[in-house]
Amino acid sequence: MLAAFFSLILRDMRLGYAQGGAAGLVIAFYAITISLFPFGVGPDAEILARIAGGVLWIAALLAALLSLDRMFQADFEDGSLDSLTLGPLPLSLVALAKALAHWLSMLLPLVILSPLFGLMLHLDGASMRVVLIALLVGTPALSLIGAAAAALAVAVRRGGALIALLVLPLYIPTLIFGVGAVEAVSGLGSVSANMSFLGSLSLIFAVLGPLAAGGALRLALE
Amino acid sequence: MMFHPTKHPTSSPKARTTLNAQALACRRGQRFLFAGLDFSLEHGRILILRGPNGSGKTSLLRLLAGLSRPEAGQLFWCGMAVPPSGAGLSEQVHYVGHSSGMKAAFSVTDNLRFWARYLGGAEDRLEASLEALDLEALAHLPVGALSAGQQRRVSLARLLVAPRPLWLLDEPTVALDSDNQHRLTGLIQTHVQNGGMAVIATHTPLGVDGANLDLRDFQPEAQHMAHDPLLAFED
Repeated sequence: MLAAFFSLILRDMRLGYAQGGAAGLVIAFYAITISLFPFGVGPDAEILARIAGGVLWIAALLAALLSLDRMFQADFEDGSLDSLTLGPLPLSLVALAKALAHWLSMLLPLVILSPLFGLMLHLDGASMRVVLIALLVGTPALSLIGAAAAALAVAVRRGGALIALLVLPLYIPTLIFGVGAVEAVSGLGSVSANMSFLGSLSLIFAVLGPLAAGGALRLALE
Repeated sequence: MMFHPTKHPTSSPKARTTLNAQALACRRGQRFLFAGLDFSLEHGRILILRGPNGSGKTSLLRLLAGLSRPEAGQLFWCGMAVPPSGAGLSEQVHYVGHSSGMKAAFSVTDNLRFWARYLGGAEDRLEASLEALDLEALAHLPVGALSAGQQRRVSLARLLVAPRPLWLLDEPTVALDSDNQHRLTGLIQTHVQNGGMAVIATHTPLGVDGANLDLRDFQPEAQHMAHDPLLAFED
């Protein structure tokens, strides 16, 4: 069962970087979105540093969104999903494996690259460290919530817009505490309290997301 | 929740696997595709599903694979009732449907290796499976570059990388040339000689001995005429 779980994670990560995979697209989207802000709000270092935390987080949310619609749809269309149900994993664990693969292949590279973009936005060293850790702790929730929405929209043509509507409201708590952690560096509140909330959101959705996704996939198969 | 009745026939050839269905019914929207469907299948036997398009052959196969639930009725595996919730028969069956279940960007070998690992098969069967379907020359090509018939052979190779007692094949001959149809017939015969079972929906004669099950015999009489709102308006 563990072997099946890990082989599925590995396959999906490889698919992300194979021909037609979305990982490169997501990283490029993240870079371009962030580099729009200096053009939009002007090159004033003080203003950019103030909004940097929010910019990095919102760009990460949108980049995550961009890659969600194919999480299950590709497997649904090419028949893989049928055979995935015949393995040892219940559908909720299939969903968990695919959400983890999504995080590892799409969002973890963004997290690792974020100090680079922080530099571009004149973010200072202490804040940068907090942003990096906050993204690391908080972004798994994005993949896990996204898995539930992607499973609900699996049989919908052009389900991307539907997924955005389902997912973005649920991303708000993660955004609030993620940005809160960065603001706390300059004195507004506690960094560790915000981090704890981020972590608990990721853990809660590690349970709820795959369960909801498993149910939705079961319905889609019937 | 998991349902583990017996070992695979390949690991213990004498295993007496049987599949029985009692009063199965399947509904699509307002319409019953079939109802009161009974059959029994012993190890080493083949059941061939017949019936026109839309008579419920695919629905029955998906129902047996546990991909959908019956509207009514009960399945028995080796005499034990298959619980309607939970994994059902899923770890005893292979289902080969219309779509290949292979990733276009991956090579034939990579695809089959994944399914061997995921479905609990052995990777050392990979070579033999490729050989059995004459895929050795194509093994390193991405599945997306193959023709429809070649892709069909790749999805049939999945039957061999992870041995399972019950094969559910939905139109397995589609896109296969006559040589490969013979190859498929041979695979099915070897499978049942080793104590396996197969339920096959097909329109073309496969050249295998099997009991016929015509789904038209289980169609509820003209009930869909009364319930179908579109037809009702035509009068």
